[in-house]
Amino acid sequence: MSIEEKEEFRPKIVAFCCNWCSYAGADLAGSSRLSYPADVKIIRVPCSCRVNPMFILRAFEKGADGVILCGCHPGDCHYSTGNFYARRRMTLLFSMLDYIGVENGRTRVEWVSAAEGVKFSQTMNEFVEKVRSLGKNVRLEDLRCRQ
Amino acid sequence: MQAIINRAKELLADGTVARVLGWKAGDLPYNPEPAYFETEESLKDFVYNGFCGANLSKYMIEASKLEGKTMVCLKPCDTYSFNQLIKEHRVDREKAYIIGVGCKGKLDIEKIRKMGIKGIESISGAELTEDADTLTIQTLYGEKTCAYADAMLERCHVCKGKEHKIYDELIGESKDTKDADRFEEVKRIEAMSPEEKFAFFQSELSKCIRCNACRNVCPACSCRKCVFDSNKFDSSQKANADSFEEKMFHIIRAFHVAGRCTDCGECSRVCPQGIPLHLFNRKFIKDIDELYGEYQAGEDTTSKAPLTSYTFEDAEPSIVGKRG
Amino acid sequence: MYKIAKENLSALFRKIAASQELYLPVKVSDQVNFRVWSEDAQVDLNTLKTVKSPKDAFFPQCENLYSVKKEGRKLSVEPGTLKEADFVVFGMKACDVQGIKVLDKVFLADPVDTYYAARREHGTIVAMACHEPEESCFCKVFGIDCADPASDVAVWMTEKELYWKPLTEKGQTLTESVKELLERADQKDEETIEEEKTKIRSIVEKLPYSGLSMEGWNGDALTERFNSAVWEELYKPCLACGTCTFVCPTCQCYDIKDYDTGHGIQRYRCWDSCMYSDFTMMAHGNNRTSQMQRFRQRFMHKLVYFPANNDGMYSCVGCGRCVEKCPASLNIVKVVKAFQKAGGEK
Repeated sequence: MSIEEKEEFRPKIVAFCCNWCSYAGADLAGSSRLSYPADVKIIRVPCSCRVNPMFILRAFEKGADGVILCGCHPGDCHYSTGNFYARRRMTLLFSMLDYIGVENGRTRVEWVSAAEGVKFSQTMNEFVEKVRSLGKNVRLEDLRCRQ
Repeated sequence: MQAIINRAKELLADGTVARVLGWKAGDLPYNPEPAYFETEESLKDFVYNGFCGANLSKYMIEASKLEGKTMVCLKPCDTYSFNQLIKEHRVDREKAYIIGVGCKGKLDIEKIRKMGIKGIESISGAELTEDADTLTIQTLYGEKTCAYADAMLERCHVCKGKEHKIYDELIGESKDTKDADRFEEVKRIEAMSPEEKFAFFQSELSKCIRCNACRNVCPACSCRKCVFDSNKFDSSQKANADSFEEKMFHIIRAFHVAGRCTDCGECSRVCPQGIPLHLFNRKFIKDIDELYGEYQAGEDTTSKAPLTSYTFEDAEPSIVGKRG
Repeated sequence: MYKIAKENLSALFRKIAASQELYLPVKVSDQVNFRVWSEDAQVDLNTLKTVKSPKDAFFPQCENLYSVKKEGRKLSVEPGTLKEADFVVFGMKACDVQGIKVLDKVFLADPVDTYYAARREHGTIVAMACHEPEESCFCKVFGIDCADPASDVAVWMTEKELYWKPLTEKGQTLTESVKELLERADQKDEETIEEEKTKIRSIVEKLPYSGLSMEGWNGDALTERFNSAVWEELYKPCLACGTCTFVCPTCQCYDIKDYDTGHGIQRYRCWDSCMYSDFTMMAHGNNRTSQMQRFRQRFMHKLVYFPANNDGMYSCVGCGRCVEKCPASLNIVKVVKAFQKAGGEK
């Protein structure tokens, strides 16, 4: 058996993080030397409610195997209410993705504050593990984007 | 139908309205088209029968920009769309004189064709004058009959009720046509395994030719420039070059009208490929009802829409996985 | 002429598909469209009209022209592949075949469209007579005989049999390749088919649109038709969707777009619709700014501009798909009739 065949699947994860809480949380995780897989690519957004459903689909289109959205805890939004809207939107969108047969484990929302470096790294480790168990995303990708 | 014409003539004559928005008889027994009538004489082509399924609320967006009032014929379900458009400031209530027209369920020519009825010369029983439960269809291949209810549009079987939500006058009788639960199909799909769900939608959506009929007929889709048309954005697509794009278009479209869709069923009526597009909209409606409380878009013109409001206790997105 | 029992049709399809791609009407989710045959495909030869016309087989809705790959600072361009393998389109109707002739005028005229030309070269058309024409059909208006379709092979269906008549060299070749499944038809069979043709033609006579007059629609009518006030009324119900153009067997306009794959560009072309607001959009803007103008463009193109450039050939074949599918119940017949009416009242 060759080495290549043994190499395990490493999922590509896109994490949308709000500028005020979760991105700082990721920073803290980094400066605290907490580890999380390098397969998580962070995209900083001004607020969790900046994330349009199209962003999520676009990430899958371009080859993401899982997409996670992180924002301030409900009630702590820098703009007061942004994450409340994001919460409803993502609930409905994830429910729709589940409805058309995209495994629910590929999408997730987690509230991570600037002080929760530990939670950030834990969440990412958990999420990557979950997506790894689901395997490659083949139901919601554009084949033209495959290398 | 004559009562509507008579009233239209009166309103045109006394200057209350500048034009009438209704349906014009087609050149086949089943293809009346939405039309404006500006003179008494032109009203001779006015028709209102079982094939007048088109929701004229959408046309009121343009009519609201015209000089003078427009008398518009709205079926009960169309009035929900009209209300919703008022809420979104897309139509002008002052520019409309709404005649709430009775409805006994609208017919679907595709369903008639699917019964193997072809070469249609004439159809009787589609007029709303008598209480016909049967359509008698003369075809080149002999006379055929079918039950009125069997030829009805899917949306009429799950009718929201025959009450007009907004009107200036009511003309004509309605008949209850509801005989099914509108969430039945959604529930059936929800119960499937991810593989089955995916196979079902893949097979339906692979038929999509991206004609945009669903979008253009939709009263809730009233953006001046759709994100899928904008050449300033790379989401602009004219064809489904990859099966991903079919999903992208239909999910995003349904999402954009979530909480605003009145479930008028026009998208499914016009789809040339018979894709049950209402299954997307109803999934959102069902989720909204279950998670944020019963909500019917277009019921009124003032209530807050579910996606522009929130509560502190709203369910977390993880509920999707927990509900199973 | 040859014949084959209908119960042996799947054997015939299997045989053809063994050596080349076979497109034929297949039912998927209750709708019949031309698709590639496979063992479990639900073939439907009884539905008269597929939703989309079979022009896809020669002019696909989406087609890659070339790809650009980015490797470091180097760009490499790879041209799209031309069709190299033979294929068969089974079950096209006379109107659809005429539709392909219209496309030929566009794509095979100088400069030749190599992608289309390659498909035409490799494609063999088996056309089927229309046994039960429908009320939306008006091919007769354009001189098309749906009882006797002219293509590579013509086929007729009776209750138990399918009759097969090769008409061209390509048709002969295809016939040779499936000969073991075919049986030679005799004089009596010839008569059966003649009877069937007469029957079909008599039904066509009775179709509501068969008497449609195309008088006044030709290349010379340009200015008069273009400036007519009738358009202002006609276009109003139009929703500006592309249904009519996408189900049409002759609509040939396309757009060329780039798709960013993240590691390169794919340049592809896809069908466009003159009903869309960005149709023929140019750097300076758009030369058709209202829906009336766009609506007019479609019918002027089919009935005036095209005949003006192609010896009077209309680019409508009377298949009636737009008649059946328009969400607002508008269609080319209503347009022709509206002008007739306006002319009569003058």
